[in-house]
Amino acid sequence: MEQGKIEEKPLIELIDLCKIYVTGDEEVRANDGINLKIMNGEFVAIIGKSGSGKSTTMNIIGALDVPTSGKYILGGIDVSQMKDDELASIRNKMIGFIFQQYHLLPKLNILENVELPLLYAGKGKAARKEAAMAALDQVGIKHKWHNFPNQLSGGQQQRVSIARALAGNPSLILADEPTGALDSKTSKEVLAFLKKLHDGGTTVVLITHDHSVALQANRIVRLYDGKIIFDGPTDEYIEFESKLDNNLYG
Amino acid sequence: MNLFQGFRLAFKSIVSNKMRSILTMLGMIIGVGSVIIIVGLMQGVTNYIVDSFSDMGINMISVRVTNTGTRHVDEADMFEFVSNNPDVFDSVTPLVTSSFTIKNGTASIENETITGTAETYEKMNNLTLSTGRYINYADIKNRKAVCVVGTYVVSELFETNNVLGKTIKINGEPFTIVGIIEESEDSEEGSADDCVYAPYTKIARMSYTGTISNYSFATYGREYVEDGEKLLDDFLYEKLLDEDLIKISSMTSLLTTIDKMTSTLSAVLGGIAGISLLVAGIGIMNIMLVSVTERTQEIGIRKSLGARRKDILSQFIIEAGSISAFGGTIGILFGASLVIFIGNIVGVNAAPTVGSIILSFSISVGIGLIFGYMPAKKAAGLNPIDALRSE
Ligand SMILES: Nc1ncnc2c1ncn2[C@@H]1O[C@H](COP(=O)(O)OP(=O)(O)O)[C@@H](O)[C@H]1O
Ligand SMILES: [Mg+2]
Repeated sequence: MEQGKIEEKPLIELIDLCKIYVTGDEEVRANDGINLKIMNGEFVAIIGKSGSGKSTTMNIIGALDVPTSGKYILGGIDVSQMKDDELASIRNKMIGFIFQQYHLLPKLNILENVELPLLYAGKGKAARKEAAMAALDQVGIKHKWHNFPNQLSGGQQQRVSIARALAGNPSLILADEPTGALDSKTSKEVLAFLKKLHDGGTTVVLITHDHSVALQANRIVRLYDGKIIFDGPTDEYIEFESKLDNNLYG
Repeated sequence: MNLFQGFRLAFKSIVSNKMRSILTMLGMIIGVGSVIIIVGLMQGVTNYIVDSFSDMGINMISVRVTNTGTRHVDEADMFEFVSNNPDVFDSVTPLVTSSFTIKNGTASIENETITGTAETYEKMNNLTLSTGRYINYADIKNRKAVCVVGTYVVSELFETNNVLGKTIKINGEPFTIVGIIEESEDSEEGSADDCVYAPYTKIARMSYTGTISNYSFATYGREYVEDGEKLLDDFLYEKLLDEDLIKISSMTSLLTTIDKMTSTLSAVLGGIAGISLLVAGIGIMNIMLVSVTERTQEIGIRKSLGARRKDILSQFIIEAGSISAFGGTIGILFGASLVIFIGNIVGVNAAPTVGSIILSFSISVGIGLIFGYMPAKKAAGLNPIDALRSE
């Protein structure tokens, strides 16, 4: 996790990124000129209060949406102008999502849920099962493979969703408020797991409004009104935050 | 995602929503079922009619001519016509029927139909004689007063069955019995056993008009009848120059008409039943639209994991197709068993036809696919962000 681990070429590069929503005659600049580079193997938290543009940023980084202007380069590929199906393929190959609400499919069992990204990658039955089982083993929930999501606790379901994110062996794990629905004990477990992934070399981007969660990352990006107002190592952020004008930045 | 996985997903979705799936499929079941029942029953009725008619000489053509003072055809013309068309016609007989009282002493039958025929009639109508012989060429040429009788006539006029060579009086004229037709229908009055045959030359003389206007032609089989009718029509028109004086009919053309009528009827009724398939398709579309709305989040999740438009599209189309195929299959089983059951009650040998099964099944699947397309397209076009956000 020290400098030596980080490669020169960035995994994620956002250049003058803008996302403008138009509702009626009102224009909202949800992302307003974002410049950000994230290297392979980093563990970055994107933080900001509600409405600051976190979800918009995460949607673009996650290739779920495209920017209004500016560029998004993911793993050297310009993703910013891609069509729906190309984006789907990028998500499938490069990104593992962890959602606040787990987003498991209730009618599929644990194994089938974890197999989904592999299914859409066109993997055969045997290969799917092998990779999915390995991912379930990694999060320590392999023995529950035949259970259905509603038979598991919240923490267990979140582990399944982590396994699903890992199954396709993506370059980037993108976690959106991954502890938002969990109690503090299970939250700690999930965060510890994300750390472990990062230790193993996976790039993790964490989106949260919770400072204590953000502090688990090595680098923090603070958004305000669609702009980056802080980008630096976690210890510098603590200093930055203590000096912050609460009236201005909440 | 391959087809098999699509079916598995579809099956899961059907099973997990049993009540709704059954109600959705009900339209298909009733639609497919009624098409099969209607077409099967109509086929059964048609077969029944054809069967009961085919005993009655389907290779025969009946001709009735009205001779005028200036133009006429006689039996010699007809015999010549048959020998001129040997690849279609086998034989011909004039038919002269008259009602006379027949007597043996005091025993009598009033208004008995006497049929005057040529010697060819025996073979043309597959008559079997128990004793004696049929009327022969010499009888006809010499207008002999001989007759062949059925067992009903024998039993009514005689105490014994041994009547060969005995004489009966037909309209007061003595006729010698030269042959007896084998009993076929228990010697009932009005049955095939109730008959008297005599030389047509003789009966024509005795009859009121004295002319011959009816003929029966035998072709080599059902498939020659149409050609035969045409040949006859051409021939007779040339002689009589008036269609109104010529009447040609055959069991086969009657059967063809019946065939045409029943198949038109069955197409119309089947088509009406087919409309219910369309209604069923709309039901499927409706339920699929509800399903897409309900499963917006599922679609979002799948898309976030890399599902492309065509993955979602095929998932929902396969689901719609499976529901209707499943409903169609139940409809086939339901229709097939019901058509046999109804056939048994009505007393016709009705069975589901392969054509109606294939047709209604493919229409039901086709309709499922067509009506499933719109909802599937809606699902595939959903924006993953909006879909994920829906709760
Ligand atoms: N689909 C949308 N249509 C219109 N405005 C939107 C949409 N999504 C987000 N916004 C607006 O963009 C701004 C940033 O929102 P968002 O990225 O969700 O912030 P956060 O996740 O930090 O709460 C907000 O003002 C929000 O109202
Ligand atoms: Mg948000």
